[in-house]
Amino acid sequence: MNKVLNKDKNLTRILAVFLVCFVLFSITQGKSFLSVSSFQSMGKLFPEFGLLSIGMALALLTGGIDLSVVYVANLCSIMAALTIKAMTPEGDAGIGAILAGILVALIVGMICGSLNGLLISAVGIPAMLATLGTQSLYNGLGVVASKGSSVTGSKPLSSFVSMKVAGIPMAAIIFVLCAVVMIFIISKTTLGYKIKMMGTNMKASAFSGFNNVKLTVLNYMMIGLLSAVAGIIMLGRYSSAKADNGSSYTMQAIMIAVMGGIDPAGGKGNIQGVCVAVLIIQMVSTWLSMYQSISDFYKQIIWGALLLVVLLLNFYINKREVAKAAKK
Amino acid sequence: MNNKTKKILHSSEFYVGVIIVLFCLLIQMRSGQFFTGNNLVDIIRSFSIPVMFCVGELMVLISGGVDCSFPAIASLSMFVVCKYMENVTTSPLPFFLVAALIGLVFGILNGVIIGKYRFPALIVTLGTSSICWGVMQGVFQSREYPLCPTLLAVGKAKLLTATNAETGLSSDLPMITVFMVLLLLLGWFILNKTMLGRGIYAIGGDIIAAKRAGFNVFGTTVFIYAFSGMMAGIIGVFRACMLQAVHPNNLEGLEMTAIAACVLGGVSITGGKGTVLQACLGMLLLTIVSNSLILLGISTHWQNVVTGLIIIAGTAATAIQNQRNAKKLAVKLTES
Repeated sequence: MNKVLNKDKNLTRILAVFLVCFVLFSITQGKSFLSVSSFQSMGKLFPEFGLLSIGMALALLTGGIDLSVVYVANLCSIMAALTIKAMTPEGDAGIGAILAGILVALIVGMICGSLNGLLISAVGIPAMLATLGTQSLYNGLGVVASKGSSVTGSKPLSSFVSMKVAGIPMAAIIFVLCAVVMIFIISKTTLGYKIKMMGTNMKASAFSGFNNVKLTVLNYMMIGLLSAVAGIIMLGRYSSAKADNGSSYTMQAIMIAVMGGIDPAGGKGNIQGVCVAVLIIQMVSTWLSMYQSISDFYKQIIWGALLLVVLLLNFYINKREVAKAAKK
Repeated sequence: MNNKTKKILHSSEFYVGVIIVLFCLLIQMRSGQFFTGNNLVDIIRSFSIPVMFCVGELMVLISGGVDCSFPAIASLSMFVVCKYMENVTTSPLPFFLVAALIGLVFGILNGVIIGKYRFPALIVTLGTSSICWGVMQGVFQSREYPLCPTLLAVGKAKLLTATNAETGLSSDLPMITVFMVLLLLLGWFILNKTMLGRGIYAIGGDIIAAKRAGFNVFGTTVFIYAFSGMMAGIIGVFRACMLQAVHPNNLEGLEMTAIAACVLGGVSITGGKGTVLQACLGMLLLTIVSNSLILLGISTHWQNVVTGLIIIAGTAATAIQNQRNAKKLAVKLTES
């Protein structure tokens, strides 16, 4: 255990923050915070932006950014809702229609992600601009497909997403599954290793014989898939899909990824840290909402301030570590 | 062909200009309503506010950064000024001064953090933007608010009124466009005629080289973001004047439009290249497109799709051109 903690100092730090928050919140709001229902409601809320944050972390790992994640998620959920609606004209969706809807969402996510990857790597548009363009494009396609209003009517999907297995919300289980897969891919496979190497130095990775175009497309395809899963969960939770749901998630996803220890310049960080950061953010958010007098909008101030503080903290910690290494 | 015409033909301004003209002719052919007085005035009206934001964004982009916080800064200063200064004064000037001051504070915050620590500007400005929205909605509890008479008079002052003889619709050209022209000239002057402007280009080209050459990199960076923030404050109040009401969330998302407009016009996102004219042309293209879809008989639902496609096509064209230039250069090096 000690060895693991020493190896990944960032994870240690963020786990410490997690524990401090947990203890602090338990002391101040013990009764309502430490209840099964509060944990269940947290479990329902964090998977959406958690999945988007993991996706954002993947983009930042390669030194890019993906501003389109939220709109990919919305487009996927709209397409899924439309598919379910089209297959069940009488209004009571069967299991076949729901599976078809999920499949359509995943395919749409994959296509959107691949398009991002191709624009960035094959065409050579800077990631921020490419995803800025596709953000508008996917949002627009969502508006066109949904005719500008919300698409409703996928009740069985909502009951599936809000189902609880042994008291744990289904959405949280889906999140854990996706997170485990992503942690495995990034830290244990050659693909993950190559993605991080490419993020560290694009040219060096090209000269080492990596296919940068293929790697980038694969990476953004994974982001698209994660967004699609987030979209399905969103469709389940709101039981309707709209082109501009959750537009504040973009900023939140970037913040969580940076807080989780991903270096926005690329190459450094891992998914474990991001997952812990997701839990911290959800805890803070739930804790704040237990105080009636604090309006939801104050969270935005806290998120923004937290992002800047984390950036500064990481800067000074890195500086100290570099100085330490130089002394040795 | 002499060098000068060749240079013009190869510039991105030329291409964007040609596209704009072709697009205008297409709309005119389809609808017959494009080159009417009121339509042109309408386009200038919806062009004026975004293009003012482009001046600040342009400087930031040239320096190799990006500023996503100006809509939030503008909205915050607009709301605070319009709500709390209503009964303080009857002259419009103090409104703008206070708004500029609020903007300046946040701009300096951006500039200091980015200049000192060299964090990615996108992430820092997203952070300050979140803080601004939070302060506006949480602390000041923003909502739609009627505009005070002083500022209403500013918004209603007009240069001329254009009436369409055929449809009977008329549009006013507001006084605010004068400020737009002044701001564009100021941007042009700073970038082209001052040492400060040279410094902005130098930082965007190569920050280390700029430092060695003796430019005050930190000071220039702070200036750029402070300028962008201060102008955002002023423009926010102008926006309220123009809409003749205070809509606090009306500017949300404009950062993406401004960045897209600059890049479409030919401003380099990696820094070092760009002119005021390019930013104007880019914004003009986006404005004409979004204003004219109805004239073309396309449902407004398609607006974002079209904007997205234009951004992708425009940036792709630049990216491919850059790749080609890099290849050309590589061949030359190996040959010699």
